[in-house]
Parts: sequence; C-alpha cells; structure tokens
Amino acid sequence: MNRFAELLDRLIFTPSRNGKIRLLTEYFREVPDPERGWAVAAITRDLEIRSVKMAAIRGVIASRVDEVLFDLSRDYVGDTAEAAALIWPAEHGANRQPSLSEVIETLNSASRTEAPAIVEQWFDALDASGRWALIKLISGGLRIGVASRLVKLALAEFGGKEPQELEELWHGLKPPYTELFAWLEGGAEKPVNAMKAPFRPVMLSHPVEEADKPKIDLDRMAAEWKWDGIRVQLVREGGEARLYSRTGDDISDAFPDVIEGFPANAALDGELLVFDPDTTDHFAVRPFNDLQQRLNRKKVSAKMLKTHPAFVRAYDILWEEGEDLRTLTLEERRRRLEAVIGEGLPRVDLSKRIEAADWDELARLRAEPPIDAIEGVMLKSRDAPYVPGRPKGPWWKWKKEPFLIDAVLMYAQRGHGKRSSFYSDYTFGCWRGDELVPVGKAYHGYTDQELKKIDKFVRDNTVERFGPVRSVKASRDHGLVFEVAFEGLNRSPRHKSGVAMRFPRINRLRWDKPAAEADELSTLEAMLPRQ
Amino acid sequence: MKPSELLHPTPAGLYCPPGDFYIDPVQPVGRAIITHGHADHARAGHGAVLATPETLAIMAVRYGEVFTEKRQPLAYGEVVEVNGVTIWLVPAGHVLGSAQAVVEHRGIRIVTTGDYKRRRDPTCAAFEPVECDVLISEATFGLPVFIHPDTAGEARKLIRSTEQFPERAHLIGAYALGKAQRLICHLREEGYDKPIYIHGAMKRLCDLYEELGVPLGPLLPATIEKEKGEKDRFAGEIIICPPSAMQSTWARRFPDPVPAFASGWMRVRQRAKQRGVELPIIMSDHADWEELTNTVREVDPAELWVTHGREDALVRWAELEGRRAKALHLVGYEEDAE
Repeated sequence: MNRFAELLDRLIFTPSRNGKIRLLTEYFREVPDPERGWAVAAITRDLEIRSVKMAAIRGVIASRVDEVLFDLSRDYVGDTAEAAALIWPAEHGANRQPSLSEVIETLNSASRTEAPAIVEQWFDALDASGRWALIKLISGGLRIGVASRLVKLALAEFGGKEPQELEELWHGLKPPYTELFAWLEGGAEKPVNAMKAPFRPVMLSHPVEEADKPKIDLDRMAAEWKWDGIRVQLVREGGEARLYSRTGDDISDAFPDVIEGFPANAALDGELLVFDPDTTDHFAVRPFNDLQQRLNRKKVSAKMLKTHPAFVRAYDILWEEGEDLRTLTLEERRRRLEAVIGEGLPRVDLSKRIEAADWDELARLRAEPPIDAIEGVMLKSRDAPYVPGRPKGPWWKWKKEPFLIDAVLMYAQRGHGKRSSFYSDYTFGCWRGDELVPVGKAYHGYTDQELKKIDKFVRDNTVERFGPVRSVKASRDHGLVFEVAFEGLNRSPRHKSGVAMRFPRINRLRWDKPAAEADELSTLEAMLPRQ
Repeated sequence: MKPSELLHPTPAGLYCPPGDFYIDPVQPVGRAIITHGHADHARAGHGAVLATPETLAIMAVRYGEVFTEKRQPLAYGEVVEVNGVTIWLVPAGHVLGSAQAVVEHRGIRIVTTGDYKRRRDPTCAAFEPVECDVLISEATFGLPVFIHPDTAGEARKLIRSTEQFPERAHLIGAYALGKAQRLICHLREEGYDKPIYIHGAMKRLCDLYEELGVPLGPLLPATIEKEKGEKDRFAGEIIICPPSAMQSTWARRFPDPVPAFASGWMRVRQRAKQRGVELPIIMSDHADWEELTNTVREVDPAELWVTHGREDALVRWAELEGRRAKALHLVGYEEDAE
C-alpha cells in the first residue's frame, strides 16, 4: 500500500505528462501481480467498496481523536481524507502493512460490521500517505489528475505495444489484469477480447493546409459536412449495446435514448448531436451548447431526455453481424452503412455527402454551410480502408475560418511547470460602454518570444495581485490588445458577459492597436448562433 | 503580583511594565529583547536591543550596523538585571543565536520560547527546557496534523531526486536565515559534497554562519554567463533561493527546474500544490505538534500562554489535559514565515 501511495504522491506533484508516464511504467516494472493491476484499476475505474463508507471512517477517527481538534485541522487542511490521514495517532504494535490487493480483497469480502475495525488496524500500520490513499480508495474517486487514457498509454509504453491495441482490449479486461500484464511482458498471447460490443480505435484526420491542396486529388475524395458534435462509436452486438467516446470511454449511461434507438447489429462511427424535439420530419440539429448540457453526466433526467434528445449522424461502419469491415474501402463500407440505416433508424441517420467540383466550390460551401452546427468539411479517400490512428493522406478536415475579435488583456495568471515563472494564462475583455467585460481566457497561441513580452507587460502594468493572479492596467487609453481566435460562441448565463467562447487562443498581439479600439461586447453578441 | 502584571500583550508586542521593555516588539520601542533574527521578530529602529551576540550579528547583516542605538549582547546563561527584573537567555534550537527569554521578578518566572524546535539542528544549540510559572509558547504548527518527518530522510529524498532527474536543476525555496543553512548542513551529513549553488540574497548570511563556526562546505553563486551551453551547467545541481525568488524572472535561468520547497507546510498536499511544488521537502524550524505538546508536559508550567500560530488547537489540547491555558492573540507575526 505504501508503494501505491508513493506512486499517487509522485503523480500528484508531477505536472508533465511524460513524467507521469515514466512514473507509471517504473511502477509496472517494479511491482508484481496482482498489486500493479489493482493499482491500474484504482486509478482508472471507480472501485466501489461496499463494506465501508466515509461515515464509518469518520467514526473510526472520532474514536481516537478529539472532535474539536479534528474540525480545526480539517478546516485548515481543507480536505477530510487528508486531515484524517495526517492526524491519525498511530498506536504501536501494528507493523504489518497491507498490500493494495489485500486491502481490496479484504474489504470486498468483509461485512459492514467487521470492516471498520480492519481499517483501524491498517491505519496504525500505514504511514500518512498510505492512510490517505486508503481513505481515497474507500471514498471513491482518487482525483489525482491522471486520466485513464494516460494509464493506457503508460501500459502500451511498458509493453512496447501500440496504444490502439490497448484501447481495443480495454473494455473486455477485468482487474487485476494479470493476463494483460503477462502479454505486455511477452510471457503470453494477447488476451482475447471476450466482451460483446467492444470499442474499436478510431481513424482520425489531418487539417488541410494551403500546401496540402495540390497533393489532394479531389476526384478521388468523398466530401461530407464536418458536424459540430462529439465523435462517437455506437455498437450493438446482440443484447449488448454501447456508446463510446473517441477515446473509448463508455458513455452509454448518459445516452439511453441513443442506445434504444439503434436496433442494428453493427458498429457505427459518427457524430453525436442533439436535435430539436419539435421538428419531427428530420433531425434538426441544435448548436453544440445544447449537446454540452448532456455531456459529463452519469445519469440523465427524464426532462433532459425530452428537451435535449440526442442522435448519431453516422458516416462509417466498422463491423456488422460478426464481420470486420475495416479492411474494405470507404465506398464499400458506405454501401454497407446505407443498407444498415435504410430509411433511417429511430436515433441514427446518415451523414449526407456533398458535391463540389473544385476547391473554389468547396470553399464556398465551407464558408456558408446551411446550419450553424457545421464546422467545416471533411474529405475522405474513396478507396482507403479504415485505419486506426491518424494516417496522413486518406482523411482530411477543412474547418471554417475561426471567428476573430480584438479584446483587451485584463488579468494574467502564472502558468505551471516550465511556465511557472511566466504570466501565461490570460483573461481578456470587450467594451460595454466604458467598462471592460471579461469574455474569455486563453493560454496558448503565442510564441515563446511573445510570451516573454506579454509577461514583461504584465509585470510592468500590474494593478493588483491576488495570489497567482495579477490584474493588469486596462483602460480606454492604456492596455494590451489581443486578436483572439475562437471556433464558436455560446450563450452562457454563468459568465458576466453572457457568452462563452470555444477553443479561444491568442491569434496575434496588437501592440499597435489602442485599447479603446478593441471590439464592443455587442460585436461578439452578433456572432451568437441563431436560436 | 499576577503574571500578567509582569508580561502582557500590547499592540507593540509583549510588554514588561516593571522592567519597561518589550519582547520581539513589532514597532520601534525604547528597549527590546529579541529572541532571534527572523524579520518578523527582529525589527530595526529600537532604542536598545538585548539579544545573543549571534542574533545581534545577524541583525547587523540584515539591517546595517546602525539598526539600534545600543546593542546589549547577552550570552546563553548570562544573567542581567533591567529595572529590577532579572533576565537571561536559554537556547531555543530555532536558528543560530535563537533564544528563549526568561524573565523573573518577585518570585514569578515567565519563559517566552520565541520560535523553537526540539529536534537536532546542526547549525544551532539545542532547546533547553526551563522550569517556570508561565510558559509562553509559539504555535506555528499547533495542529495535530503537523508531524514533521525525519529531517535526514527529507535531505536524502532531495539527493535521490537529483540522481533520478540528472538533466534537471533542483531549485529549492528555503528561508534565507536558518532553513537554508540547515538544509545545506543536512545535505553534507548525508554525503552530498558537490558545490551547492545559492541565490545572491543568501550569501551574506551563509558567510556569517561560517564565521560563527558553522561549516557549510563549497557554495557557489547561482549566476550564469550569457554564453551558449551555460544553462546546462545547473543540470542535476542543487540551487537554494529564497521562496519569493522561485516565481521571479531570476528562476528562468535554469534548465527545466524541479521546483522544491523546504517547509513544514509541505506536509499538506494542497499547500504544496498551490505553490506549484514538484518536490515537497518537509523541513521546519518550528516545533511540530508532538514537540509542542511534549514540551508543555516536560516544562509542566502552572499556566500556558499560546502566541502566534494555531492557538485554538493547542489551548484546546491543554484544556483536555486539565491545564490552565489561554491564547494571547499577539499580532504582527507572519503566518507563513518559515
């Protein structure tokens, strides 16, 4: 347990992604089965421990620590688990530290009456970090800033495999993953994914740059709209149906309407979108903001299902009735897809193709799409198979030009890691009368040289400091203007400005532009999607 | 005479009416006893200052030779009388020259610990408990969550990290008086004999420590010539700077530094995270919860008065033990001075 706790500690304090992967692979090398597998499970999935809950832990603490002292400590530390771990007055005589596997196995077989006494014993044997890890495990959700994607990458790196192989296997695996580790270490065959309706790693596209155009033969390409939703994979195999995000996270629970409205035995690749429930003859796609309401939820309310119904606009098929279709050409897959969807399924339709004779015509379509929920066009090679990852050549995306606006720098925050001595995160605002209203925040888009200059401007023009944040002098006759690029705009009652930008970044520094000439908030409001 | 007639809090600091002096006053006063050289305890501009010779030397380095009109050095154990009040100084184990102030008058003895710790510190004399009627204790880490780990282990943790990340400079924020020198001494004890790089603001205090008999081994300035390749010079090296320098433009000269911070606050993850620390080094010059409570038990005073820090918790603990205790609520001492 202490080795696991040490891993968590180091992960928490290591901001760099490569550093985290290094720590994880080191751990996989040093720690045997089943310990390392349980660690993977603890970090990537919510391991539910039923025999003991936080209330019982509080009881254990109260049996040994004065309540007033505990409350004072918790108020200071700001986190119950950490306060409890640090305050625990360990008694002598407990010297056998449990392993992580022992903790999980014991607590899963213990009864609710037995478990607290077992935990109390472990508290005495573990050090503060070990106790903290134990409490976090019990309370569910380690929240240590490590996504399951990162763990899969570390596993792939550890075994010298392609990350996609891990993605593909992932949902069929069960903790403590001994088969997986045996394969990664070269001691066994690749585990067979016995799970029904598995995830298949997705094929990604490259953005079209001017220099790429001559290389792309439009005659051999099929064009489609690029829909502004989220990329999903919808799979049904017999009684099992699942909806996956593009990284392979299972999001079925949040979209029961989509699952139910997909009767076919197939794996489809497409875009998840929300439609207007009052339009019945076709799916009238709503803006991304409406889809946002349904994301990142574990459960969805009946009301939400009614007001924000979701569907999948499909553009590819990877599997049907036991047959892997990924080696077929796009044209062949397209015919199979059209056959599966037929006249349309309750919650699936076909992403229509668009025709353009040349780049000019394509550019016109891209600049003026028929609805707001389109963010550009896709170009896909008609004779290419479905290749996971981002192969260069077969798939291209050509997004709409971003929105641009001139805004004034208002606040700057210090960055992290390599940027910890730089003010690198900026909040900027637009004018409403004589007042600047914050409209967004960005922390990339500038070069290292530009960052140095902005940092100097921030330090030379600081008005007030609030911890790591500085407010910067910004008035009609003094201020730094940024040209901010962003992909879209939503209404947002949570922001003072009433709008929220998507993917804002600093496009250009306008040292030349007087702050008074930055844009008005009304200019931004005019860019909002039609309701 | 009641103890509070011998010493009581005022806006300027702890005041002794019969002796007409203050202990660690936060404003300029006529006569002051200074327990140690940290800026929130030792301020410039008092009429007369009574302190250990080491503390007076530290104040002269920090504030210039004319920091007071009259210096009155008092070595540990030497006794002096001020307006009929007997005073002597006893080692507090906090930093070089740090002292507890013992004040006695008409049969009442009060000990003011100043800042103190009980664990070994190679840079200064160890704390000595003194019997007294009233113990005035600091409580910077006065919560039961603060148990500082073994100091040598923390020094080893730092050395191990320089071996694990030989391509990165290790930039450690440490208070310029006391913590920096103690960290250096512990690193030396653990066998680290390479040069240690120090920020310019630390040089004079490090020199003074050496003059006063605390060897620190090879120290070099953390400066950089504007030639190519110079930055790599700090890869895998240990650089010590004041905490405030960590986020300053000065810190940019080092290659992909590992930000570390040597402080008792590093015990709390959130605190370490907020500071952007990657390598927390839990090393404090203040007593932790066990040292605080063990000291009170050992001295066993008739009354405990608690000053700066988390006073409520220590008072609560004392009450649970059946001791007479109260919080003094002195103002002007820095919460985070570490």
